[in-house]
Amino acid sequence: MTNSHDYAIRASGLKKAFKGATVLDGVDLAVPEGTMLALLGPNGAGKTTTVRILSTLLPFDGGEATVGGYDVAREPGGVRHVLGLTGQYASVDEILTGRENLVMIGRLYHLGRARARDRADQLLHQFNLADAADRAVKTYSGGMRRRLDLAASLIAAPPIIFLDEPTTGLDPRSRQQMWDVIRDLLRGGTTILLTTQYLEEADQLADRVAVIDDGRIIADGTAAELKERVGTERVELTFASADDARAALHVVDRTDTAHLHDDATRLSLPVDAPDDVRHVLNALAAASVPVNGIGLSKPSLDDVFFTLTGTHAPHPPTPAEDGTPTGARPGTDTHPQTLSNSGAQAR
Amino acid sequence: MTTTTYAEPTRRHQRHPAPRPSLAWNIADAWVLIGRSLRHTVRNGDALFMGVFLPMMLLLLFVYVFGGALEAGIAQSDYVDYVVPGVILLTAGFSAATTAVSVTTDMTTGVMDRFRSLPITNWIVVLGHVVASLARNLFSTALVVGVALLIGFRPSASFLDWVAAVGVISLFILMMTWVSVMFGLIAKSADAASGFTFFILFLPYMSSAFVPVETMPAALRGFSEHQPITPIIETVRGLLMGTPIGDSAWQAVVWTVGILVIVIPVSARLFRRRTTS
Repeated sequence: MTNSHDYAIRASGLKKAFKGATVLDGVDLAVPEGTMLALLGPNGAGKTTTVRILSTLLPFDGGEATVGGYDVAREPGGVRHVLGLTGQYASVDEILTGRENLVMIGRLYHLGRARARDRADQLLHQFNLADAADRAVKTYSGGMRRRLDLAASLIAAPPIIFLDEPTTGLDPRSRQQMWDVIRDLLRGGTTILLTTQYLEEADQLADRVAVIDDGRIIADGTAAELKERVGTERVELTFASADDARAALHVVDRTDTAHLHDDATRLSLPVDAPDDVRHVLNALAAASVPVNGIGLSKPSLDDVFFTLTGTHAPHPPTPAEDGTPTGARPGTDTHPQTLSNSGAQAR
Repeated sequence: MTTTTYAEPTRRHQRHPAPRPSLAWNIADAWVLIGRSLRHTVRNGDALFMGVFLPMMLLLLFVYVFGGALEAGIAQSDYVDYVVPGVILLTAGFSAATTAVSVTTDMTTGVMDRFRSLPITNWIVVLGHVVASLARNLFSTALVVGVALLIGFRPSASFLDWVAAVGVISLFILMMTWVSVMFGLIAKSADAASGFTFFILFLPYMSSAFVPVETMPAALRGFSEHQPITPIIETVRGLLMGTPIGDSAWQAVVWTVGILVIVIPVSARLFRRRTTS
């Protein structure tokens, strides 16, 4: 037996290849009971593959994993008893109603008909689906489907939940609702493994964050610990043109930690003391690079991601970014999460 | 029990051997999943139309529109007595074929992942579709027989003949359903799967369902005489109308059982392959 009593989810050296292409190259994870780990990474990093392996849906080529004390490879039945899975694509029956879906899944967890009905009622109310309970799921909105899907994973009150990109594609309001639900689950003592490509989501919800890239965990710690790696404060400089911004990047010459945002007119770099800001501005003035705007911010996980991988992580589009370009309004906002554009938004 | 949190008190440190699906659980699960598939049938307007009303309309079409002309060409006096067994098999084949669409839909949407993450034997999801198809087809077959009786179908069958006929028809439905399951597991999209329905639609026309094969051109006749549907129809027709059955009975059983013996393991393998990637 594995020493997995303190960890609800544990994986070491998970390996997986599809047709010779390595997807997971030794993934290690450990999630203590009652806590939440966010597995953060861009599309194709191996997040969904990890979740599918841990939830017994996919065989793996190497390594070991236990979920709720059950060995994923040898005791898949046990894993399925302690685990609720909410996949990236709402996995509910479109033809049945919301209520029928929940009752059916409750009965397949062997709750018994009466208890399955009670639980379905309870969850439909808690997830704000009571009004739509007797409508076919194909009439539901995206947010409603995701909530129903999550409710379906919770019907047997599993002590462990996997959430695979639960808010991808949701509008901001639905995302907020989903976050509220997830926070309630954590308060109730559920252990959660969440995958996300949204830095903000990991930052908001998770106790710990594991950053995955190219099938490997490249960093693991609390959000605060990860942020410490890139300095305590960051300065955001806005320039009139991309040429100016590139010139500035050359002048400050900190290629390891300074980076341009996707719109190519903004530069972000770490500073340790206020004097640092003056040095930077003096250097730019000496090189005759005009600065349009300046602001200070706490480092975001985007900065962490850039420091670790050299590329930007995608983040959720906000309504403003979905529509027309907002245009350069230097100095009006210093929050990189809302400022950096979504040009690299991967699908 | 708590009502303010989503989770009931968690069962920490509860480490016991992984529960295995028992026979009782499997039966209970099958019951739930058969119920699911039956609900699909009732909710799915297209499938219901295909399965029940279309065969009924075909029956009326063949008896009243083509019947007059066709009656002249066959030995039997009443075309309705000749054509009803054919329509019965058409009915059965038809709505068995919609199983392909159900299976493909399950395999291509997230719902299969949901079922696979549950502590159930995954196969039972497919079994639910198969049993529902059998129930759906027997029901629509009964409707067709009822309407046929109303418009002058006069079978000469004894009770035992009826039992045997229902047995042969059930075997035929199972065969068509499992073939549909296999196509459903091969098809990459629900659209492709529904193309299979179309193919199945034409098989009975090239059999002795509506006209005797002796009336067909030689090449087509060779096919018609040796395709599985002809002996099955001749068996059902013999049981219900007292026409000679001859070799048709054992040919019908060999065809259906033979196809089932091939198609079920192939489907099992396809299912395993599609659910582990």
